[in-house]
Amino acid sequence: MQVYLDNNATTMVAPEVVEAMNPFFTELYGNPNSLHKFGTATHPALSRAIDQVYTALNASDEDDIIFTSCATESNNWVLQSIYNDYIKNGEKDHIITSEVEHPSILSTCAWLEQQGVKVTYLPVNEEGRVEAHVVKSFITQKTALVSVMWASNETGVINPIKEIGEVCKEAGVLFHSDAVQAVGKIPVDLQDVHVDFVSMSAHKFHGPKGVGALFIKNSQPLSPLLHGGDQMSGRRSGTLNVPYIVGMGKAIEMATQNIEQTMASIRAKRDHLEDELLKLSDTFTVGKREHRTPNTILISVKGVEGEGMLWDLNNAGIGASTGSACASEDLEANSVMLAIGADSELAHTGIRLSLSRYTTDEEVEYVIEHFKKAVERLRAISSSFAKQAPTA
Amino acid sequence: MAKNDLIGASLWDEYSNKVTDRMNNPRHQGEIFEEDVKKRGNKLIVADFGAESCGDAVRLYWEVDPKTDIIVDSKFKSFGCGTAIASSDIMTELCVGKTVQEAVKITNIDVEMALRDDPDTPAVPAQKMHCSVMAYDVIKKAAGQYLNVDSESFEEEIIVCECARVSLKTIQEVIRLNDLKTVEEITDYTKAGGFCKSCIKPGGHEEKEYYLVDILADVRREMDEEKMKAAADASAAGEIKFEDMTLVQQIKAVDAVIDENVRQFLIMDGGNMEVIDIKPNDEYIDIYIRYLGACSGCASSSTGTLYAIETTLKEKLSSKIRVLPI
Ligand SMILES: Cc1ncc(COP(=O)(O)O)c(C=O)c1O
Repeated sequence: MQVYLDNNATTMVAPEVVEAMNPFFTELYGNPNSLHKFGTATHPALSRAIDQVYTALNASDEDDIIFTSCATESNNWVLQSIYNDYIKNGEKDHIITSEVEHPSILSTCAWLEQQGVKVTYLPVNEEGRVEAHVVKSFITQKTALVSVMWASNETGVINPIKEIGEVCKEAGVLFHSDAVQAVGKIPVDLQDVHVDFVSMSAHKFHGPKGVGALFIKNSQPLSPLLHGGDQMSGRRSGTLNVPYIVGMGKAIEMATQNIEQTMASIRAKRDHLEDELLKLSDTFTVGKREHRTPNTILISVKGVEGEGMLWDLNNAGIGASTGSACASEDLEANSVMLAIGADSELAHTGIRLSLSRYTTDEEVEYVIEHFKKAVERLRAISSSFAKQAPTA
Repeated sequence: MAKNDLIGASLWDEYSNKVTDRMNNPRHQGEIFEEDVKKRGNKLIVADFGAESCGDAVRLYWEVDPKTDIIVDSKFKSFGCGTAIASSDIMTELCVGKTVQEAVKITNIDVEMALRDDPDTPAVPAQKMHCSVMAYDVIKKAAGQYLNVDSESFEEEIIVCECARVSLKTIQEVIRLNDLKTVEEITDYTKAGGFCKSCIKPGGHEEKEYYLVDILADVRREMDEEKMKAAADASAAGEIKFEDMTLVQQIKAVDAVIDENVRQFLIMDGGNMEVIDIKPNDEYIDIYIRYLGACSGCASSSTGTLYAIETTLKEKLSSKIRVLPI
């Protein structure tokens, strides 16, 4: 059996999404900027995709949602252009973010620091959450932007975005949230929450890789990252990626249409899986369940090194992760585990399991069985459970 | 970095079949207990290396016959990834039947070689080499216990890159002999820094006492100092070629020649000149000068006077000299 439990890394493209995209490769392949029929024939589908995205996020018509190539681009765009517009060519000198952001935020902030920007990396509490009062305490007159992720890719922990939004609004500071792990997993209502910029990526909600978006509240100014032919009202140049935008529209619609129901179903499977795994001694999970996206578990198994565990799971046909997929090659300790202050001993024992709406009960049972087997085998080998003490 | 680095590596696909097999079915994992060993009249050694907080920990067990110092049985326990477990497994196998004194000679290279399917293909990808280093370190620790000596005493040299076992002395020599200027060159010449990369600079997988960047900087500084000293000595003895002088020496030499042969004539005409810069330029050495006072507007300064200055400098210092007024 093959079981994919790494849906925070990427997801299967929904067959309906593929179907929706297909005509735009060989039939309706025109450039939407052309005057002729080949070009304009793409417009109804693009308008529909735009509607689907606005509806899914409850964005207002006054807002911009600009399609990008991925969330990495969206995140870079916000940070680099805020730097350009408000720091390099403005009065501000400071950006606030958190310790547990995705590398597309953290590496960009490191680059901004080289440009002379002051960056505050907020600590998280023992659950891995960024607290609004902590955000507030670091805001100064010179703060240009607060950027805090909506939900964590590693733990699934959801930040109090509404409260942080209020803090920023009160202080008159721009607020960006990387909502890559929230959109399609939990309700994201952009009129209910005060947030200026929001990044998202289609491949995390059963859309294709290589397309994302940036939400810009009230179409407020933000200099472009990509200069060129003035597509997307000049905000993001580059010929519109019609099939992918259509795919993203379909995918976000499917992911959000019955989100409460879908969430309940995924949550039930996740909770069952988590309950069963926690029956193993010396294990714990990060973050309260009600504070987490319904599909994610980050579990620490004492005495079992993460990569060794992935190896055994892989042998059983199960795909999981020790943290973010981007980091899995460099084999370092889980930075979120360290940030939440877990014993450094446990920083190498984290395994992330992330479900999707396609995960079945049967798959969950299979994972429970093989996860337990793997733990048993590796603990038998582990020095952490050895009885005979060292002789000196 | 180029074409082959554009997508993620298939780390596990690069493991040898032996590594995979030893991870899936380690032969020697387990413990040896004190009371059993005592019954047989032997000595038990149990040594730890690494820590869970570093991501790798191994515990090595030896049952040693005290009359012969022979390791009659060996087992291990390991907290670590596949390569750590496989390395520990093969390492215990290599120990059995050897005396403690012989076992200390087993290095991480031997462990890695024993895991190869064919002698020319590495058993693990570069960034996993450090796992076999642990296997070696724990042997030293066990032997230190048994022989009652400091485990560091088994190391005759300072090892900078443990993965490739390259010593400080080797690296320093290679930098000098081959005039190496970058860390990449050190890696090309010695393999040091080519594996887990911890020894290249601070901030890698492990903390180190010596880093290649520092060794390179130190040796280069020493080499520069030696060169300068040699140049100074040679120039004091009047035996240095203009080309081999330091910039300061070159400027001094040029000024001296000009003072002696040229300046007085310029001053007589109400002018003067100064040396601005000296730059090697392929087969030439370009000396940039500026005319001062009356010379600066004078027509002959770009022809006759220039010719005279250049000819004098060429004759006294080097035929490669070109004089360029700016
Ligand atoms: C929280 C978060 N932000 C950003 C990204 C980057 O998304 P993309 O792959 O679209 O660039 C990811 C996915 O890896 C993510 O999980």
